[in-house]
This record gives sequence, structure tokens and C-alpha cells, in this order.
Amino acid sequence: MRRTAFTPWLFLAPALVATILLVLGPVMETLWLSLHNVVLFRPRVRPFIGLENYISVLHDEAFWSSLGRSFVWVGVAVGCQFALGLTAALLLNRRFWWRPVARALVIVPWALPSVIIGLIWTWMLDFNLGIINQLGVQFGLLDASIPWLAQPSTAMAAVILAITWQGFPFFCVTLLAGLQSIPAEQYEAAAIDGAGKVRSFWYVTLPGLMPVMATALLLRMIWVANSLDLLLVMTGGGPGTSTQTLPLYAFLTAWSGANYGYGSSLAVMLTLMLLSVVILYAVRSRK
Amino acid sequence: MKRLRLFLGTELPVLCILAFGLGPWVWMMLTSLRPDQDLSHSPITLIPSVFTLVHYIELLQRTNFIYNLRDSLVVAVGAVTLGMLLSLPAAYAFSRFRFPGRSFLRIQFLVVNMFPVVLLVLPIFMLLRELGLLDTYVALIAGHATFTLPFAIWLMTGYMDGLPVELDESAMIDGATRMQLLRLVILPLAAPGAVAVALYLFIASWNEYLFALMLAGRNVRTVTVALQMFIGENTINWGLLTAGGTLVALPAVLLFLLAQKRLVGGLTGGAVKG
Repeated sequence: MRRTAFTPWLFLAPALVATILLVLGPVMETLWLSLHNVVLFRPRVRPFIGLENYISVLHDEAFWSSLGRSFVWVGVAVGCQFALGLTAALLLNRRFWWRPVARALVIVPWALPSVIIGLIWTWMLDFNLGIINQLGVQFGLLDASIPWLAQPSTAMAAVILAITWQGFPFFCVTLLAGLQSIPAEQYEAAAIDGAGKVRSFWYVTLPGLMPVMATALLLRMIWVANSLDLLLVMTGGGPGTSTQTLPLYAFLTAWSGANYGYGSSLAVMLTLMLLSVVILYAVRSRK
Repeated sequence: MKRLRLFLGTELPVLCILAFGLGPWVWMMLTSLRPDQDLSHSPITLIPSVFTLVHYIELLQRTNFIYNLRDSLVVAVGAVTLGMLLSLPAAYAFSRFRFPGRSFLRIQFLVVNMFPVVLLVLPIFMLLRELGLLDTYVALIAGHATFTLPFAIWLMTGYMDGLPVELDESAMIDGATRMQLLRLVILPLAAPGAVAVALYLFIASWNEYLFALMLAGRNVRTVTVALQMFIGENTINWGLLTAGGTLVALPAVLLFLLAQKRLVGGLTGGAVKG
């Protein structure tokens, strides 16, 4: 193949220019904003205040509590999605006659817009007419209807239920593809060596799935950590601040609080934490 | 006996998972077909007392929903077109050339995909306000390109890596120029993958909420924002909401089922090579 130093850049230029304009530029702008005191009402006056915003962030109790909620949100939601997705993938890898239909239908929640998912679950969790309360009472699981989204002790769990529903098909589909790429000979060899079901799962399936599993977990973690829409639609961070995760706190500070500078520094903190996870992963997978 | 074991060990659990996966979606559709008296007093019956299309009729005749659908369509088509036009040549460059900075740039497009929307939406909002472009199609297409473009590049590079280089070489030996090669050899071969990627980008843009809310919402109002606005302060019209939700979800689900097979290969393939 002919190799000229110039040609690839010609092909890359449009995408690079667009990315610089639409993503890297705004990121730099946010970094810059975070060093200033910018409020919505007087965007032209923005005194430079250095790292003051960041120092305030570290002393901000709301920052630490929303960070804690973010850890719960990501940990529990991704954990549940993964567990359910892996179970579904293992089941759908077995043989039964209607498997193709089941494989196709399992992705439905993944395809739906977050707003609709939020609305569906708000409707199902409704205090008066929600099907969950009704069936729960009917079958004796609940003593009485529970206002799931209106009380601080249950709101987070309710939204996590919704995002688990949204996200488990992603794990199911990616892990199923991973399962299918494990060569059958490995299972045969394990069987010849006298390995039972459990041992062949432990020594063949799990190691074979590892790369796909790690990437899927990383991607999902970042998406869930960043996701706002379900929380915005279902609770808006409330009741009180009981479902206010870090990105939501940043969003509300910048938007409803009209404090761009401080909101920006919160967004930068979130990004730095996520980036460090990505870098850790990249370094480990290099080895 | 074997049949029973298969049923209890595999088919029954799969049925349970499908019930969990499809139940809420089906419940939304059932709700949209209920008359208002079903939706006003508890307990709600599992099966509607009568099936009716009143909410759909009201939605399409008495609200602006049809215009919201149009806005969503225009934005999604725009974002897909922009994403594909820019990503195809970029993916070709990544897949067929070796040049300094290649792997760095490839990873950069992946990292860009991971920036939180909160980080991007504020400066983009301020920039568009300066330019007087807020609340236009251009604003939303630009906003959506922040995620469609890196994603398209990532997936398309994976597909192009899968196309044998020998084809390029023989075409070059036959005297094809690079443009001819791209048009006559690469594009037709990459087309199935490109279609799957385009469908995925379409769904992503169709489903997007935060940019649509922040960068537009008055003149240009996409369906996701419109649905959210049906929620009143005190009362929620569940009939109207679920009818709208059913209509919006339908194209996303159908397109996703279409794109699914090829997409999974691209997702995991790209993920492993990443």
C-alpha cells in the first residue's frame, strides 16, 4: 500500500475539527469557567478566582454526600445489572426451541428512551394506581401502599430498580456474544479432564469471558455514573436531596442555582474521577 | 424427564427474565388503551375494562405531538448524517493508515465519549447563545454530534478493521485511485455495518433528553422533552403520557431489533480491540 504522511490527516480532518469544536473546546471552556466566579445573571463579569471553587468543593458537605450517593448509585445499579445480565446470558446460551425469540426480545428495555423508562416506572410505582403497590398488597408482600418515590428511604432504591431494568440487557447481549466466542473445544477438553459443570464454568467460561466482562463493566459504570435523565424524570434529586448524585448536583448548581463557575468545578471533579478509572483500566489492560 | 428439566432449569427462568424485561413496556401499552375511568380510581384492573384509542386521538389532535415527532425526526436524521459523513473517512484512516499519533487519537475518541454531559452542556449552551442558535435544529444536531460522532468512529473503525486489506491492495494494483477505492470497494463492503451503526445513532439521538431540554425546548421540542412536559404540577394525565410513550418507543424498539445482530459484534469487537 502506498504510504503518504499527508493522506490520513485529510481523512481525519473533518472529524477532528468537529470534535475539537464540539467536545474538546467546551471541555476547556468548562475548565476555564471553573476558575472563575460566573453567575447566570451577569455572564460578562467573571472575576478570576483561581482554585477557590475547588477549595470550596472540598469543604462542601453537599459535594461529599452527593459523591457518597453516586458510589451507592453506581455500585448497586451496575452490580444488579451485571448479575441479572450474566444470568440471562448464561440461560440464553443454552439450547431451547424458542431461543431466537427470547434473545431478540430481551433487549427491549435497552432500546427505550430514559424519559419513557422514568415515566413507566413512576407510573408503576404510583401510590394510588401503581401496579407494584397493588400486586404487593394483594399478595401480602406489602402491608399497605408505599409512596416509593416520595419518601427518602425508598426513593433511591426505586430509581435503581428502574436503571437496573434499563441496563441489564446491555450486559446480557455483550456477555452472550462473549460466551459464544469461547471455543467448544475448551469445554470438551475440560470434560475429558473430568471437570464437572461448576469447574468448567470456573476454569473455562469465566476466564474466557473476562475481557468482555471488564470492558462491559467499565463502559456501563461510566454511563451510569454520568446518567442524569432517569433521576431528573423520576425524582429530580429529591425528596430532599436523597437521590442527588454528583452529576445531578453539578447540573442543579449550574442551572437552577445559576452558578456556572461552581457547577463547572463540580463537573470537572466528576470527570477527573471517571478519567482516573479509565486510565487505571487502560494501564492494566496493557500489561 | 429431560424435557421437564429443560423447562424448569432453563425455559422457566428465561420466561421470568422476559416477564421482568417486557412487563413494564407491555403495562405502558395496556395503560394507553384504557378509558379514563379505569385510570381514575384504585384498584386498577389488570385487564382494561374496554380497549380504546381515545388517548391516541387526543394526543394527535389536541396537542402538538405530531410536530414534536417531526422535530425528533429532523434532529435524529441530522445527527446521524453528520456522524456518518465525518466518521466514515476517519474510520478509514484509522483502519488503513499507520501514522504517528494514531493510537493516541483513537483512544482520544473513546475518552471523548466518556465525558459527562454536564461537563459539555453548559459551555455548548453559552456558545450557542452567543451565536443566537439556541432552540434551533442546528443546536440539537451539534449537541447530539458530541456523542454520535465518537461512537460512530469507534464502531466503524472496528468494522473496517474486519475488511481484508488484500482487497485494497489488488484494487490499487489495478490502478484505482484512493477515491475510487473508497467508493467502489470499501463503502459497499462496509455498508451493512454502516447501516447498523446509523440505526444505533438514530436511536441514541431519538432517545436523548438532556441536550434536547437544555439547548432547545420551545420552537424545537423533541418528543422526549414534550412527554416530560405532559406531567402537570398536580395531576398527571397517564393516558396521554403512556400513549405518547408507546408511539415514541415503537420506532426505537423496531430499529434496535433490526440493528441488533451486527451491532453486538461491533460493540464487543471494538470493546476488545479498543
